[in-house]
Amino acid sequence: MLRVHCATSRFPLHIVVFIAPALVIYTVLMVYPIAATLAESLYRATGSGSGGQTAFAGIDNYLALVGARPWAVRFWGALEHNVAFFLIQFLVQNPLGLLLAVLLSRPGLRLGAAYRTILYVPAMLSIVIAGFVWQLMLNPLWGIVKASLDVLHIGGLFHPWLGLESSALIALALISTWQFLGMPMMLYLTSLIAIPSEIVDAARVDGASAWTTFWRIQFPLILPTVGIVAILTYTGSLNAFDLVFALQGPLAAPNYATDVLGTLFYRTYFGGMGTAADPAMGSTIAGMTFVIVLAGVLVYLIGWQRRATVYEL
Amino acid sequence: MILIARSGPTRAEATSLATHLVLAAACLIVLAPVVLVVIDSFKSRQSIFGRAFDLPIGGSFDLTGYQLVLTRAHFPLYFLNSVVVTSVSTVLILGIGAMAAHALAEYRFRFNRLLVVYFALGIMISIRLGSVGIVRLLSGWGLTNTIWALVAVYTAQGLPLTIFIMTQLMRQIPAELKQAARVDGANEYQVFWLVLPLVRPIIATVAVFLMIPIWNDLWFPLILAPAESVRTVTLGTQQFIGSFATDWQAVLAALTLALIPPLVFYAAFSRQLLRGLTAGAIK
Repeated sequence: MLRVHCATSRFPLHIVVFIAPALVIYTVLMVYPIAATLAESLYRATGSGSGGQTAFAGIDNYLALVGARPWAVRFWGALEHNVAFFLIQFLVQNPLGLLLAVLLSRPGLRLGAAYRTILYVPAMLSIVIAGFVWQLMLNPLWGIVKASLDVLHIGGLFHPWLGLESSALIALALISTWQFLGMPMMLYLTSLIAIPSEIVDAARVDGASAWTTFWRIQFPLILPTVGIVAILTYTGSLNAFDLVFALQGPLAAPNYATDVLGTLFYRTYFGGMGTAADPAMGSTIAGMTFVIVLAGVLVYLIGWQRRATVYEL
Repeated sequence: MILIARSGPTRAEATSLATHLVLAAACLIVLAPVVLVVIDSFKSRQSIFGRAFDLPIGGSFDLTGYQLVLTRAHFPLYFLNSVVVTSVSTVLILGIGAMAAHALAEYRFRFNRLLVVYFALGIMISIRLGSVGIVRLLSGWGLTNTIWALVAVYTAQGLPLTIFIMTQLMRQIPAELKQAARVDGANEYQVFWLVLPLVRPIIATVAVFLMIPIWNDLWFPLILAPAESVRTVTLGTQQFIGSFATDWQAVLAALTLALIPPLVFYAAFSRQLLRGLTAGAIK
C-alpha cells in the first residue's frame, strides 16, 4: 500500500508534461473514434428517423453485410474491386519499378539524379489531381492518348477506357501505378545500392553474366523490399476512394464497376444519391475494412517478414 | 586484336544508350501529361482541341480559363486554407511529437514500453477507419466546417509515425551531453531544449514528409469541412472541376493552379525528400 503510494507520487511531473499532449490528442482523435466506430457497428437503429433508439445487435450487421440483400452484392463487389486494384498495381508496378531501379543503379550512370527526381514527380501530386490529368488524357474528345497511339500505329487499340465497365477499374489502377511508380523504384534502388559492389564484382570475375548475377545475387538480396512494397501498396489501395470518387463519382460509374469499400462506405454512411443514410451499416463497412487491413498486416508480419531470409551484409 | 578492342567499348556504349533510352522514355511518360495540361491551360478553345501539342504562342494564347476560375471559385482562399491547415498541423505534430519522443527515449518509467507500442499501432491503421467517430466527435464540438477540425485530425494522424521515428533518433543522442547539462543545474525542460537542435536535420525531413499527404488529402476536407469558405485546394479543385467539367479551358486552368504548389514545393525540397526516402528504407 505504502509502496504503491510512493510509486505514484514519485511519478515525475515532467514526463507527464512531455507525453500528455501527444497521448491525449492521439487517444481522443484517433483511437477513440476508431473504437467508437467499431462499437457502433454492433448496434442497430430500432426507432424510425434520425436520433432514434438503438439496440445491441452483436455481429448481425456483419452477417447482413456479407450475406443478405441488398448489402452482400455491393460488399463483395467492392471488396473484389479493392483486391483487383491492389493486384494490378502491385503486378505492374513491381517489374517496372525494379527495371528502372536496376538501370538507375548502373555504376557511372550520367543524369541519374535527374531521372530519379523526375520519375518521383507524380507521387507529389494529389491523387485527385493526377486522376483528373489522366481523365483528360484518356478523353476521346481531346484524343491525346489516341493521337499518341496513332504515332505508334496502334491507334485502333484506343477505347474510352474509363467509361467502359470492362476496363474502368483497370484504367484507374494503372493511373495509380503511373502516379506511385517512384515509390517502389526508390525502395529497390536503395536496396540495390546497399549491396556491396565486391559481391557483384566477384560474381562477374568468376564469369557470371549480368543477367545471372542479377537473378542469383542481387535479386535474393532485395527480396525483403518486395514485401515492404507489397504491404505499402496494400494499405494504399484501400484508400482508392480518392481516385474513384473524383473520377467516377460516389456511385462508382459505370454501373458500380469501380465501386470500392471507400465509396460504398461514403454512400452508406452519408446517404444521398437515392439512398437513406445508414450510420450503423456505414460503421460496419468501416469495421470490416479494419479487419481486412489488420489481416493483411498480420499476414505480412507473420507469413512474410518472419520467413523471408534476410542476409546480413 | 583490333576486333576485340573495338567490340568492348561499342557494346558498353550500346548498353548505356539503351539505359538512357528507357529512362528517358519513362520520364517522358511521367512528365508529358503534366506539361501538356499546363501548356494547354494558356490556350484558346480551338487550339486546345485543334493543336493540342503546340505551344501557346501567337494567336492561340488565351487566359479565359484563368479568368473563369478566379471569378467562379475562390482559389486564393483555398490556397490560404491549405497553407494554414498544412503548416499549423505540421508544427503541432513536430512539437508535440518531439516532446513525447524525448520522454520515451530519455526516461525509464512504468508504461514506457506499453506507450511505445500504443503509439506504434497508429502507424499501420488508417485514421480514416474512425471517420464515423470523428464526424460525431467534431460536430459535437461545433467544429464542422472549420479548418480547426482538419488541423485536429491531421495532427492526430501524423503523431504515431513521427513519434516512432523521433524516438529512434533521440535514443542515439549521447547521454553524457544531457548529464553534463544536468550537472550544470539544467532542469528537465532545459535538457529538452538542448536536445531539440540536435535533431533539427531529421525534423526538416519529417516535416516535408508530413506536409505532402495533408496538402493532398480529399477525404477529410470532404466529410469535415466541405463549405466554400474553408475549402482546401484539393477539395476546391475537385468541386470546381465537377461543376465545370465541360469547360475545358476552365478545367485545365484549375488543374494547373492545383499542380503548381506541389511542384514548387518539390523543386525546393526534392533532395531532402529523396534522401529521407532512402534513409528510411535502409532501416
